[in-house]
Amino acid sequence: MQTVQRRPLSPRLWRVRPGGVLPILAILAVLLVLVAVRQPSFLAPPSLMSFLGRSAPIILLAAGQYFVIVSGEFDLSVGSLVTAQVVVAARLIDNDPSRTWPVVLVLLVGGALVGLVNGLITTRLRVPSFITTLGMYLILVGAVYLWSNGAPKGGLPEQFRQFGRRAFEDVPLLGRLPYALVVLLLLAAGAVLLMRSDFGRTLVAAGDNPRTAELSGVRVWRVRTIAFVLSGVAAAVAAILLGGYSGVSFQAGAGLEFGAITAVVLGGVALGGGRGSVVGAMLGALTLELLFALMNFYGVPGALRSTVQGAIILLAVAVSATRSSSR
Amino acid sequence: MSDPRPAPLLALRGIGKSFLGVRVLDGVDLDVAPGEIHAVVGENGAGKSTLMKIVSGGYHPDEGTVELGGEPRAFRSPRDAQRAGIGIIHQEFNLLPERTVAENVYLGHEPVRRGLVDRREMLSRTRQLLVSIGETELPADARVGRLGVAQQQVVEIAKALALDAQLLIMDEPTASLADHEVELLYGLVRRLQDRGIGLLYVSHRLTEVFDLSSRITVLKDGRRVTTVPTAGTTADELVRHMVGRELSSYYPDRARADDLGPVRLTVRAGGNGKLHGVDLELRAGEVLGVGGLQGAGRSALARALFGVSPFTTGEVRLDATPIRLRSPRAAMRAGIAYVTEDRKGEGIVGRQSVLDNALLASRAVFAARSGRAARTVRIRELLAAVEVRAAGDDQEIRFLSGGNQQKVVLARWLALNPLILLFDEPTRGIDVGAKSAIHDLVRRLARDGAAVLMISSDLPELLGMSDRIVVMRDGRIAGELPGGATEEQVVALAVGTAREAVA
Repeated sequence: MQTVQRRPLSPRLWRVRPGGVLPILAILAVLLVLVAVRQPSFLAPPSLMSFLGRSAPIILLAAGQYFVIVSGEFDLSVGSLVTAQVVVAARLIDNDPSRTWPVVLVLLVGGALVGLVNGLITTRLRVPSFITTLGMYLILVGAVYLWSNGAPKGGLPEQFRQFGRRAFEDVPLLGRLPYALVVLLLLAAGAVLLMRSDFGRTLVAAGDNPRTAELSGVRVWRVRTIAFVLSGVAAAVAAILLGGYSGVSFQAGAGLEFGAITAVVLGGVALGGGRGSVVGAMLGALTLELLFALMNFYGVPGALRSTVQGAIILLAVAVSATRSSSR
Repeated sequence: MSDPRPAPLLALRGIGKSFLGVRVLDGVDLDVAPGEIHAVVGENGAGKSTLMKIVSGGYHPDEGTVELGGEPRAFRSPRDAQRAGIGIIHQEFNLLPERTVAENVYLGHEPVRRGLVDRREMLSRTRQLLVSIGETELPADARVGRLGVAQQQVVEIAKALALDAQLLIMDEPTASLADHEVELLYGLVRRLQDRGIGLLYVSHRLTEVFDLSSRITVLKDGRRVTTVPTAGTTADELVRHMVGRELSSYYPDRARADDLGPVRLTVRAGGNGKLHGVDLELRAGEVLGVGGLQGAGRSALARALFGVSPFTTGEVRLDATPIRLRSPRAAMRAGIAYVTEDRKGEGIVGRQSVLDNALLASRAVFAARSGRAARTVRIRELLAAVEVRAAGDDQEIRFLSGGNQQKVVLARWLALNPLILLFDEPTRGIDVGAKSAIHDLVRRLARDGAAVLMISSDLPELLGMSDRIVVMRDGRIAGELPGGATEEQVVALAVGTAREAVA
């Protein structure tokens, strides 16, 4: 009887395959070399740790966006969701430290609810997710202005802000370890485990070929809705960290949805779903942040950020499209 | 028939065509005289569609010539063929539903006055055209989307005539028509004939072919078997020409009487949009073959049983207990598995690994009871048992051959230990070696007590594998045949020449 010949197991990380993480690691390495040449002090442990902590929100948003994109959808609502969460948090807490934990809970539940609504409208009412989440984006922007009468009220106490801007100091070797980085590492580990679970595998299958998935018993609407909920929760966590780091403003989450999508695409995840890893998406976000830091070191105007993002999206999609069609 | 025929309008000489090394047409000759209705018949895959696409400019022939009005022509595109006077009416209409009849008829060559579309002229010409083919009832300014199927077909025909078509190809024109509409189409076809237009009439339905045509060409496996005057032949003779091939390949032994178990699945008067009054029994241990033409409702039957497009009327019983199969999940929980016909479109998730493909159904519906590691071990055993050849079980499935992809899909379902397996064209597009491996596997499953329903358009396969055959036509069970039936019996039921069920 013919048996399946098994290829010797090599770490998944190092194999070059479409959707793998090798290309993004290579880009990251090149950027690190450039940084080392221009600004060696940036790579000293304490400064590097602070950079990683600052990058935690966008990395988390990229992970959330990954779930949605790999299942074949988009989530454009996360940027305005972050803004809304920060503004809402400030008003609910109103500088009262004792309300910190209840408000954190409210934010997490709120993020999940927004994701649930996005997911149900997309899957049950069959509105394309691009439109659904664009609509949610506008609704949240308007609602938050209305609710706060045009200017953010209240304020965030130190107990709340510490998640985003404090760190364990005097850590051996690393110098300091930002709380945000700890949160990031815990959630990233959770995301990796989730993608290895039955849910994660069926999520990717649903993005690859929803008809096959449906005929194999996958409730495609359900897994996709859960992906939107995960994206909403990721936005809530990002809002908690960002609110702490940069404070309360209507600009807190501006443009983050496109940052997250750029990061996911840069990380080798196929728009339209079915390919790519959550590690790649998070590395994509890290690479993007490092690129912006590098631009800063070289004196490139910050206004070029969105131009660079747009170019990356177009380039990454074009590269993956031509590569997959030539196969 | 009279010998001094008018010079042929269309003459095909020695037409040959291959796709990826597979010969689909070989040395086909055919001619159509002005005012002649020439019918082309043959089984699924006999080469009818390819031949029609060659005539209408969709494909280039590899060999042979197409002569129109005595001159050899090489059409570079369908548009080229249209301009030369060849119109084709497809089964699926090519109309803009939001536009009027006149706008559709003159689409792309609207009458123009002073640089603008002359709507009045367009309407009046359309009216004249419709009147000239006897369609006085059809308003030229009606929106096409509001018309019935039969009237839309008239618009398609008018569209071809507006381009001065001398030859019209009609591909299964009655497939979507109701009975009384078929009569109307007959009238229209005869009026076209009176205008001297030549018609190539492709149909599965022999009744129509005999009602309308003057000559009939039979295609089989890409060759022309014969061309006969309609008056000089019978339906039985045609069916013999359409089939009649040797049962040469090897098939595993059929079920013996003591292999047959109790009735697993019963359908009584099952119906939905595509199925009507279906009665069916499926026993443990048997392979029940389902024959019929494309669109006869075979896949619809499998999809109803698997809960994809459930029955809306009638009753389904599993082991004598009434059951509602409302979704694939419900069917899977009831022990039903479904291997689809469209492997690429709904059988595999192409960019995922062999292992992920094989585990898909287990992961989606059943929590791993004895641990995920044990489940993976079991799937690897199954992949080995069905003899999947891959570079590794982490290889993306799209790089595997069709046969190996199908084996992975099989492993996916076998992992659920199904009691009932529905196979829809299980060996389509699969090489010979993998084909007989799948045949053996299907039989082994039945022998181990599974109830198997197998849809196949491949007649030797259907006859070689089945313990019993039901033949479907127009969404109904047209009849049932025993295991040793002949191809003629199946085809006769499928095209509707045999009126009664032969049991």
